[in-house]
Amino acid sequence: MTQTKQLALVIDLNVCVGCHACVTSCKQWNTSGSAGPLTDQNPYGADPTGTFFNRVQTYEVDTFPLTQTIHFPKSCLHCEDPPCVPVCPTGASYKRKEDGIVLVDYDKCIGCKYCAWACPYGARELDEERQVMTKCTLCVDRIYSTSLPEAERKPACVMACPTNARLFGDIKDAQSEVSKAILERGGYALMPEHETRPANHYLPRAITEIIEAAKRDLA
Amino acid sequence: MHPAFSVISFTTLLGAAQGLIVTLGILRLLGYEINHLAGNLAIGAALLVISLGASFVHLGHPERAWRAALMWRTSWLSREVIVLPIFIGLTVLWAFIESTGVSQAQPPGVLSGLVISILMVSLGLWICTAMIYACIRFIQEWSHPITLINYTLLGLASGLTLTCLLFVIKPQDPTLIRSVGYWAIGLTLLSGLTRWISVQRNAKLSPRSTLQSAIGIRNPTIVQKSMGMSAGAFNTREFFHQRSVFFVSNVKRIMLIFGFILPVALLATGLYWESPVLIALGFPIQYLGMLSERWLFFAQARHPQNLYYQTVS
Repeated sequence: MTQTKQLALVIDLNVCVGCHACVTSCKQWNTSGSAGPLTDQNPYGADPTGTFFNRVQTYEVDTFPLTQTIHFPKSCLHCEDPPCVPVCPTGASYKRKEDGIVLVDYDKCIGCKYCAWACPYGARELDEERQVMTKCTLCVDRIYSTSLPEAERKPACVMACPTNARLFGDIKDAQSEVSKAILERGGYALMPEHETRPANHYLPRAITEIIEAAKRDLA
Repeated sequence: MHPAFSVISFTTLLGAAQGLIVTLGILRLLGYEINHLAGNLAIGAALLVISLGASFVHLGHPERAWRAALMWRTSWLSREVIVLPIFIGLTVLWAFIESTGVSQAQPPGVLSGLVISILMVSLGLWICTAMIYACIRFIQEWSHPITLINYTLLGLASGLTLTCLLFVIKPQDPTLIRSVGYWAIGLTLLSGLTRWISVQRNAKLSPRSTLQSAIGIRNPTIVQKSMGMSAGAFNTREFFHQRSVFFVSNVKRIMLIFGFILPVALLATGLYWESPVLIALGFPIQYLGMLSERWLFFAQARHPQNLYYQTVS
């Protein structure tokens, strides 16, 4: 399916500081919104677990003294060719024609988890209490909300990011902030080998590129 | 992947029941006189229903399971959901016709047509079940025609040993038991060979995805320091078997011994000494082997999402 509009997040790995504000704001908005509740099990116990649409991971790249810490937010990538959609036996998993957002209809989901198996990125989480598959909705209940001021019609994670590491927009619109960022700053997709054409892109760290170039020059 | 007991018992029971019904169908078409045919078919249908019940245990919302028949155009799971009840229905119909006492010497044309369609539907069901796994292109352990071959051959082999068990419980012509026993030995050996080929193939696979392609940073040294949570999540529960290498290799040994070596030895000695007890033991022993085989099938599948979940902190 070729989309004429494809909403997506572009995440700037140069400035993400790993504060998890996007994680908590996502949970706060979505647990109370149309995608919720996002339940927790044993939240104050020794082994707490729960449903989140967005996680921030941390990686250490290279060896001392060139070591870099990379904070890496990951949520559903809203693939243009989403492998999770055709496998769904009920049609609960679907991709919207109008804006390319991949969503789950919680009233149709039977909780078979097959879509989660078919997603190479691990972007889907089964809510243990509701027993339905959940995932990032790109805050579909925020971005079109007429009750919010226009400046706030963005995903909760984008609003919350203190370093502006998260950009939101239509990657099919060449003039959009996200399209320009991808084009000018070498935005890339995760696991391109699986040909899922993720809509979300990541902006590479300039320092990493400089170190790699310097190493090539030395070699 | 985490091997769910519901899926393991569903697929192994389903395969054995299909193998039983296919064996009875072929014998019927060849014109063999089978005692208690309707009863044996009813046992097959009951096993199919039990396996269907096991598949419901896997669902978060079993009351909505009917919806799973809707997306047959794109989903192999949906196709399986449609084909399995058809298979059960046709088997029950055949059992009913046999219970009315039609002549077994020469199957009438309509009955032959029914039996042939049951054989075709069973083949379709094996394809649907295997394709559920084989169609996930980035799970390299599954995404190969060997998955289809194994599901079909393992189902046939366990179904043939199950037929041997049923044939010694309710007396049959000794030559019929003997020929089914030989086929059971042959299919068990053949399925053991193809399953071993897939185990060897899995051991040699090099993953298409790496931590480098997963986070898009081209540096040979990347270490995960945090996966973004202090304890577990769905991602750590669903996609990891969380057992030791020692445990997995023991399951592999149990699969080989119980699934293939012991059943062949029991059937061969049972047929040689004409011992019903040894022949009857073939199926329960082999079923334990099939459970471990299916556990291994899931445990050995390495999901690319696991690249993102390597360090709990």
